[in-house]
Amino acid sequence: MITLTDFLLVGAVLFSTGIYMIVSKRNSIQVLIGIELMLNAAILNLVAFGRFDKLKNSGQVFALFAIVLAAATTAVALAIILNVYRRYKTIDPDEIKNLRD
Amino acid sequence: MSMIRLMFYVMSFIAIASALYAALSKNLVRSIFVFFVTLFALAGLYVLALADFVAVTQVVIYVGGILVLILFAFMLSRRETLNVIQQRKSTFINMAKVPALILAALFLVVLVNVILKADADNLPWIKEAIAQKNVITPTSSTIDNIGVNLMTTYLLPFEAISILLLMALVGAAHLSRKEGSA
Repeated sequence: MITLTDFLLVGAVLFSTGIYMIVSKRNSIQVLIGIELMLNAAILNLVAFGRFDKLKNSGQVFALFAIVLAAATTAVALAIILNVYRRYKTIDPDEIKNLRD
Repeated sequence: MSMIRLMFYVMSFIAIASALYAALSKNLVRSIFVFFVTLFALAGLYVLALADFVAVTQVVIYVGGILVLILFAFMLSRRETLNVIQQRKSTFINMAKVPALILAALFLVVLVNVILKADADNLPWIKEAIAQKNVITPTSSTIDNIGVNLMTTYLLPFEAISILLLMALVGAAHLSRKEGSA
């Protein structure tokens, strides 16, 4: 069987890839993809630990919650990105310096 | 047994390689589509972790919902500005990315150290779960148990999530309406 450490290592690599994307990308959509990668790494850890809780399924249930939360977050974030694009004509996070006007 | 390990290595290789490609690619469309592959490979990893329901949810919500949403947002914003961003990015390629690379690499080192030191397979509660046969085996079906738990033990978080989804729905609709009507 696959050990728990293997899953955690894969999750760690995905998590740091997500951090790299968030810090280095100059496009809000790619920053959002980085956030999704980090969320997926966390979900992978939840699922891997959830194997050892057959009765209550805590890991899998909270993995489901995290997936739903990610969907809600993405919808709002994309609405914000479209609004920012409409106002500033760019989606580079470094260029957006004002909160309002 | 070795077949499962082989599948695990293939799936994690695909996931990590496509995530790295999505991170290093300069083309936005290409990185969105490669992210599809990452999500599918992660769904495969969830199956290997014996969480088939989570894997199916991942495919339905992430691949079917979130990525289509991201593609929509990309297609609604105009192409010229994206191209300008990309060209300017390629000229500054070395200066801007070194701090991010250092940060990610150091974070990876810390995480790997913590994971190897923690030795997750020998944690007390995991040994206890194995001793009490509280472990999901490949033959056990978990979906009915998840449904029962969702409606009994985890009812409060479930309702909290539903209220949050409603708020996100209203908020997204409010944010994306036309500018003049406010």
